[in-house]
Amino acid sequence: MTQPLVLNYLRAKKQFPHVWCPGCGHGIVMGSLIRAIDKLNMSKDDVVMVSGIGCSSRMTAYVDFNTLHTLHGRPIAYATGLKLARPELPVIVITGDGDAIAIGGNHFIHAARRNIDLTVILMNNNIYGMTGGQVSPTTPYAGRGSTAKAGNPEHPFDISQLAIAAGASFVAKTTAYHVPAMDRLIQQALNNKGFSLVEIYSQCPTYEGKWNKRGDAATMLKFYKDNAVPVTSKSKFSEEELKEKFLIGVLHHSPKGEFTAEYQKIIEKYQIQEQMSKLSQQKGKNEPEAIGQEKKRSDTED
Amino acid sequence: MPERTILMQGNEACSEGAIAAGCRFFAGYPITPSTEIAESMSEKLPRVGGKFIQMEDEIGGISAIIGASVGGLKSMTATSGPGFSLMQEGIGYACMAEIPIVIVNVMRGGPSTGLPTKTAQGDVMQARWGTHGDHFLIVLAPESVKETFYLTIKSFNLSEKFRVPVILLLDEAIGHMREKVIIPDYSEILTEDRLVPIVPPQWYKPYEITTDFVTPMAPFGSGYRYNITGLTHDEMGFPTSKESEIISKMNKLRDKIMRSSSDIVDYEALFTEEANTLIIAFGSASRSAKEAVQYLRKHRRKVGFFRPITIWPFPEKPLQRIIKKVDQIYVVEMNQGQLIDEIKKVECYHKKIFGINRYDGEMITPNQIISKIREAK
Repeated sequence: MTQPLVLNYLRAKKQFPHVWCPGCGHGIVMGSLIRAIDKLNMSKDDVVMVSGIGCSSRMTAYVDFNTLHTLHGRPIAYATGLKLARPELPVIVITGDGDAIAIGGNHFIHAARRNIDLTVILMNNNIYGMTGGQVSPTTPYAGRGSTAKAGNPEHPFDISQLAIAAGASFVAKTTAYHVPAMDRLIQQALNNKGFSLVEIYSQCPTYEGKWNKRGDAATMLKFYKDNAVPVTSKSKFSEEELKEKFLIGVLHHSPKGEFTAEYQKIIEKYQIQEQMSKLSQQKGKNEPEAIGQEKKRSDTED
Repeated sequence: MPERTILMQGNEACSEGAIAAGCRFFAGYPITPSTEIAESMSEKLPRVGGKFIQMEDEIGGISAIIGASVGGLKSMTATSGPGFSLMQEGIGYACMAEIPIVIVNVMRGGPSTGLPTKTAQGDVMQARWGTHGDHFLIVLAPESVKETFYLTIKSFNLSEKFRVPVILLLDEAIGHMREKVIIPDYSEILTEDRLVPIVPPQWYKPYEITTDFVTPMAPFGSGYRYNITGLTHDEMGFPTSKESEIISKMNKLRDKIMRSSSDIVDYEALFTEEANTLIIAFGSASRSAKEAVQYLRKHRRKVGFFRPITIWPFPEKPLQRIIKKVDQIYVVEMNQGQLIDEIKKVECYHKKIFGINRYDGEMITPNQIISKIREAK
């Protein structure tokens, strides 16, 4: 049943085989995202998908939407421009932990602060896969990678908490193991008017698994299964127990003014002013308008 | 809007020109001496239904305008030296993905933070070769506030026509100078819009090699679903590593500009017919150079004047014709000598070439030019 559905949304003839390694979690996320888009009856002609650079960001070439594969770290900035230019189009950002949080960290927090209506699907595999297994800002302390063979001396970011602190209106976390939940969370994120983040733990058996002796893809998925605690059953665990585990589900949802809608109000304000000044000109009144130009010029000349 | 006569700053003229050209999106980051462009765009754009956003840095600025241009709006950003350096990767992306955008660089003293409030012309080479890899783009440099208005419009027209980033090189002196500008009725201004595809979506090739190497561009959300990438791509916009496809893409990027370069290049030549000495200058420096030319001619020196208006592509052929007839050339620049290298490249008659440079943050004066030329003989 599901296969033909996914095929409807893929550039199946042109772009396959894909670049993802066997056992990679990114394909699971792509399937889930497609099912969510299908469930919400979004038109392929409308959906805009913007990605950066990295394994996760390769997704844009495979799906049959309006796809924009941008520079490393910049998909959120490109998407901000596109969304503001065309607020009617749903804009989805596909990114990874290195792309969004290391090189693109600034755009990430500021888009969250603005609460611009972007749906950010962030695949977190704790490593730079495309360049061959270097540590990322989410590699755990003492975790290993090709640039930290003796163990990572740095401490990781908690991406979801970062987004919440920066002002995102919807933040959810899940893993590549929890597929039905992922479908649901992505749908919720797409429905939210404002900056929405779905952080998805996605396994990288090729590099992260190998460097940290996590076993094959199935073992890594089992790790997600065993250590994920749904946010709703948080109370069943003690503080100590939770330290070892991580929460999944909707971590934060508090709607607030969305940026493109707020900007529309600014446009209306200026256009009302503009019409008022036209009317007063027609009446022959010579009232100087309170608007920028005239006023500013006399200020600076003084 | 009817014709208006306004005393305005170069930076203001730039935003006036942008609105007249149909710019409907601006993203940028405050930086001296370009900030007035952002300030005035933040008011002018919403009045005409356009959008303005102050981004978190210049990289965000250029990224957002590329995004908006993909959405179908004529877009621009404005910055100065340090911000222009940050934008280079995005400029390369716009070259590769063939996204029309306009970047205004109000030059200040450099390198690094340099002289934020002082004038310079040190970004000539960076404007051309700032981003990595072979690439072709267009750079225009106005010499007055009035010309800033018209060249801003031209920047948009060229960028839309050729799907290429266009860089408008102002400098602090022009950006902050106030002059009279007569702004014509907008209906009298010739504006160019990018071609949009007329073929049905299933036939559309977003990077097709056409006869003039420019492919129609469908805005996102118009029913033409396609892929845009900064990776070297084939005619369908998908990444490729096939030699033949790489070469045809690279040639497309070059040929769409260079084969039309005679239509693009613009220059000003004065008294070059009977001159034995040629003074070359661009941007604000040409104002002093012109003054010097007038003075020297009054004192019976056979001096001619040449000013490239498009710095890239460089007006090689017209300049070559002029150089042929003169004995010596003086290149006036407010830097340690950048454009002079390009002129040495064009000059193949073994004429004497001298630079007259000033790089202390002040405008070069007519006196400085006159005395340098008098010294020589």
